Formats: sequence, C-alpha cells, structure tokens
Amino acid sequence: MKNNNSPLRHIPWLVLAVIGACALGVVALRRGEAINALWIVVAAIAIYLVAYRYYSLFIATRVMELDPRRATPAVRNNDGLDYVPTNKHILFGHHFAAIAGAGPLVGPVLAAQMGYLPGTLWLIAGVVLAGAVQDFMVLFLSTRRNGRSLGDMVREEMGRIPGTIALFGCFLIMIIILAVLALIVVKALAESPWGIFTVMATIPIAMFMGLYMRYIRPGRIGEISIVGVLLLLGSIWLGGQIAADPEWSKAFSFTGIQITWMLVGYGFVAAVLPVWLVLAPRDYLSTFLKIGTIVALAIGILITMPDLKMPALTQFTDGTGPVWKGGLFPFLFITIACGAVSGFHALISSGTTPKLLDNETNARYIGYGGMLMESFVAIMAMVAASVIEPGVYFAMNSPAAIVGGDVAAVAQTVSSWGFAITPEALQAVAKDIGETTVLARAGGAPTLAVGIAQILHHVLPGENTMAFWYHFAILFEALFILTAVDAGTRAGRFMLQDLLGSFVPALKRTESWTANLIATAGCVAMWGYLLYQGVIDPLGGINTLWPLFGISNQMLAGIALMLGTVVLIKMKRQRYIWVTLLPAVWLLICTTTAGFIKLFDPNPAVGFLALADKYSVALQAGQVLAPAKDITQMQHVIFNAYTNATLTGLFLFVVFSILFYALKVGVSSWGSKERTDKETPFQAVPDA
Amino acid sequence: MFNDLSRLGKYLGQAARLMVGMPDYDNYVEHMQTKHPDKPVMTYEEFFRERQEARYGGGKGSPRCC
Repeated sequence: MKNNNSPLRHIPWLVLAVIGACALGVVALRRGEAINALWIVVAAIAIYLVAYRYYSLFIATRVMELDPRRATPAVRNNDGLDYVPTNKHILFGHHFAAIAGAGPLVGPVLAAQMGYLPGTLWLIAGVVLAGAVQDFMVLFLSTRRNGRSLGDMVREEMGRIPGTIALFGCFLIMIIILAVLALIVVKALAESPWGIFTVMATIPIAMFMGLYMRYIRPGRIGEISIVGVLLLLGSIWLGGQIAADPEWSKAFSFTGIQITWMLVGYGFVAAVLPVWLVLAPRDYLSTFLKIGTIVALAIGILITMPDLKMPALTQFTDGTGPVWKGGLFPFLFITIACGAVSGFHALISSGTTPKLLDNETNARYIGYGGMLMESFVAIMAMVAASVIEPGVYFAMNSPAAIVGGDVAAVAQTVSSWGFAITPEALQAVAKDIGETTVLARAGGAPTLAVGIAQILHHVLPGENTMAFWYHFAILFEALFILTAVDAGTRAGRFMLQDLLGSFVPALKRTESWTANLIATAGCVAMWGYLLYQGVIDPLGGINTLWPLFGISNQMLAGIALMLGTVVLIKMKRQRYIWVTLLPAVWLLICTTTAGFIKLFDPNPAVGFLALADKYSVALQAGQVLAPAKDITQMQHVIFNAYTNATLTGLFLFVVFSILFYALKVGVSSWGSKERTDKETPFQAVPDA
Repeated sequence: MFNDLSRLGKYLGQAARLMVGMPDYDNYVEHMQTKHPDKPVMTYEEFFRERQEARYGGGKGSPRCC
C-alpha cells in the first residue's frame, strides 16, 4: 500500500463488497424456498474481508495509532519462554486455538430456533462492529501495558474497587461457564453407551500420553498426539461395538444424574492431579482435534454445498420458542454470545497473546482477524444446525415438559408447529447415528453433531459412517469441554483462594494442600450444584443456564469495552470513542434488559421471581404443579429459581458498578488537557 | 520447492506446538546463547516441563474460553 495511492486500488474491494451485499440480500430476502448454505458463507466471508480491510485499518491507524517502531512486551522482555516475539501467522494459530471453544458452536445452534436469519445477521454485524473491536482493543491495551490482564487494567485505569468487582465478576462467570459446559456434556451423554464409552476412554488415553511424554520420550508432542488421535478413533469404533452389544451397552448406560456425579468427582480429582498426567495431554488432543474438525467442517460445507432446511424465520421470534424462552430482543443476542461478541476473549487478549506479539501493528491481524475467524466458526455451526430437518431439530432440543416424552407425542407436537416430522423419521435418525433416541438432547452439542455428521458423511460416504461421525463430533465437543472443566476448576480455585485470601490469609497459600483442597472443593461444589439443579430441575437445564451464561459473557464484554472507552478518553482520543462506546452501550442495553426480564418478568416461563412465586403459592395450597411430581421437586424449583435470581442480581450489580466507575473516571478525564492513561512509556524497537 | 515445503512444515510444527503453549525451543536456545551466555540453558526436557507447568500449573494460567 506504500506507493499505490491510486483510487483504483479500492475497486476489487468494492466488487467484493457488492458480492457480499448481494449474497446477504439472497440470505435475507429469499422466502419460501430452500437457499444454499453457500450464500451465507459467501456473505459472511465477503463482509469480514471488507470490514477487515477498511474498518480495522481505520481503528489501527486513526483510533489506536499503532506504531511499528514501538517495542512490544515480547521484544522488551524477550526471555524465550513467556515473552517471545512470534511470527504473526503462528501467533494467529495460537490465539485462535485459545479463543475457539464450545460457545461459538453451541450459541448459533440454540439461536436457530428463530430461523437462521436473525442469528446469521447478528453474527456478521456483531463481530464486525463489536466482537472483533473488543478483542483488538483489549489486545492493544494490554500490549501497551506490558501484557497486563483485564482485571489489572481495570484496577489501574479505573480504580481499586472496580478492579475487585471485575475480579469477582470473572469468578462468577467462570462458575456459570463450567456448569453450563458440563450440562452440555451430560445432555449429550445421558443414556448413550457409545458416547460415554468414548469419552471415558479419553482418560486412560490421556494418561498414557502423559506418561509417555514425561518418562518414555519426554516432550515429544507430535508423535504421541498422532498416536493419541488414532487411539481416539479406535475408541469410537470400539464404542460402536459396545453400543451394539446388549450387555455391554447396559453397563455403559447412565442417567443424567449419574453422569453429573461422575463429572463432579472427575472435576475434583482432575484438578488436583499433576497437570502432565491428564490435563496437558488431553488439552493437546482436544486442541488438535478442534482445529482439525473446524477445517474439515469448512471443507465439507464447501464440497457438499448443502441446502438449508430451517426456514429463515420461524414463528418463535415472538419469544414462545421451546428451546429457550424470550423474545428476539434481547435474548437472541444473549443466546448467540461468543460467535458475535465474547467477553472471554478479553481474558485471552490480555493473557498470553500480548506477550508473544512481535510488532504492535500485527495486533490488527491477530485481534480483529482472529475474532472474524471465530465468527466464521459460528456461521458454520449455524449452517450445520440448519441443514438438518427442522422437525428433528425441535424434537432434539425441546424439553419433554413441552413436547412429551415419547416419539409419537413429540412428532405430533412438533408437526403441529408446522415442522412436519413422523415418529418413524425420528427413530430413523436415532438409528442412523447409533443411538436409541434423539429426544430431549438439548444443549446444542448433539444437534451440531448430527449436522456435522450429515455433512462429513456426504463428503466421505460409506456404510454406517453417519453413526461414526456423530460420535466423533460428540467426542470432539466433550473433549474440549472436559479440558475446560478441568482447567477452569484449577483457575477458579486460584481465583477463589485469591478472593477468600483477603479474609482468611491462610487460604491464599497456593502450595498448601489444605487450602488447595478447600478451594478446589468449593469451586467444584459451586458449579456442581448449578449443574445438578440443571439436570434434576424439570424446568431448568439449558433454557435456564444458557441465558445466564450469555448474560455473564456479554457483561464481561461490556466491561472490556467500557475499559476501552475510558482509556480512549484518557488518551485524549475522545473523537473516536464511538468505536468502543457504541458496542458497549448496545451490550449494556442487552445484558441489563435481559437481566431485568429474567428477574421480574411476570411470565413464570421467563422470570425467575414469578416462577418462584407461582410455585410457592401452589406449594402453600398443597398443590403439585407439573412438571414437578412431588413436594420435594416443587421445593427444588422454588429454591433454584431464587438461586438463579440471585446470580442474575449479582451480574446486574457488577455491570452497574463498573458502569458507575467508568462514567466517573470518563467524565473527570474528559476535560483534562493531558493524557492520563497508564501506558508503559515508549521504547523504540532496537535496531537489528 | 522442497525447501519451501520443509519451511512450511517447520512453520506448521511451530504453530501446532504454540497452540498448546509450547514456544520454539531452538529460538529459546538461540536467545540464551546470544543474550545470556553466562546462564545455564535448559535441556529440551527441562524446557518442556517448565512450559507445561507454566501453562497449567500456576494461578496465572490463561483460563480457557467458552
């Protein structure tokens, strides 16, 4: 771009923009006939590229004034270990692997109940204007502050109290995330001998890998990861044999509650075991499998070019959907979460990535570009959820309390909504994927697995491969969810020790076994409780926990964007604060509206307090309300409703107090002539 | 051509290792030799364990994403 200033250079981009607009027009306006998935893919990619070329460049040069001569933390503190100037493509891979998780895969699948259109539009618009801006901004801020974490930056720029509140918020989010992720696993593995066998098999496989890398051939990640993946594929095959055998399949059939206890026990044990034994090797497996599956899915969609069977819009945009309750605004935005904006990325962008950035100007490629890639993964998940029959989609994702418990009833209810499906068709799907039932498999993962299996099965045809690919997809999701549960429990334990240490100093000692066990148990108990209530509560589960997760995640993004706005004011770049202010305001509107609706909505299916009220009144009158079956279950419902209401209240408290401090600091620094931000002083890149 | 391919392979290997938190060992050795010739250099095994512990062990480990 250096000496090519001719306006002609914009022409290819203009063409690309027109292509994107046309594709988006087809996606948005074609009604009544199935459209091809390729339209969505082309629209997304074209808009991403144009946004990257122009908007992110604008942010880089005008708003942030990225300076290639300024030494990054990696250059200043180069130690070959934590701080290493890294080739930007290699760092892109690292950053992407760190931000991509279950969120962008599950959110769009759940959002598909309103049709593919609203979700797709928000994925594209949200990432370009909010999500990628947030990741880029936090990466920039952290790079200019020697790689400091989000919490540290909030404390330094806004004060000690908001810093502590932000830390507390992060801990809450961690707990919710662990509970909701674990719930997805439970929903996918309940009564599925094939699934649970393959997931259990990952533990000995990981231990074997861990021992190998520790003692047999230390540090050989590559060779043992290949062996590990082969063993995993073998375990999927063996799982199929087990599911086919009547006795073995009985031995490996567990109810949701049994799997919950296994997960809780596992979470506790895994978090205190040495990292090299289980956590690290399984992380290697899950990372490589994750990247491999994402690439395979992209290739699969391009080759098969499937038609979308889900309508563009369903009648559930009015908020009466069976998968989750609530209207398009704000709950669609809360449900999509990670693929459009994810607060969690603020933790990664202020974690390892800024310590590896070789030049400040590459923050654009890594931060903005990496998030575009994540959004593309979410687009693929949306495609995968929309290529399966809508009737199957709703049968899988609706709770039994709404659609009934057997195939005939479910098929009838779902068909009555206009998504024609027969009981035989539902059974045929279950048989295809090697399961006994597809009913009540909420949580997104199984639906996504069916979609992935359909796509991969078309690319690589063969007898009965559908069941293999389904369990491959389940394993792929369960694997990185378990890794997150394990790593999250560990991280949560340190956070808890940090928080409790302020009151009981002895608990702060991370090397003490007692403190370690107490904090781990506390952490496991918290997410385990939420998980358990999600499993046993007939009304609970995904439709309660996922909105809580979405609210907390978007709230964290709001905090990160408020920090960005405050720092822009302090840097005296207030001309440009709309870049972070507009998405921050939007996220605050979404999260607080959603929070208040969840708390105070008079409809018991939506509002927690109304639900508690309805059941309390019935309980006093000695009645038992369906789907509760006895007095104890009634009490569960009431207690859980209050727990969820408390959590929502805490989130609102966190977000409003950060807003208060952001306003306070922002207003007071608005008029000052001098820069008051706490940037590390300029240091030039040493001459090579 | 083969040179390019082997370079690409090296890059992919580095990228895959960094994805699981393992920076380039050769780069570390080079850094130690040029900048800190007086300090001991970890062997690959020590380096591997040190990095693994740093990624997962300490409180500062990066939390995993949703």
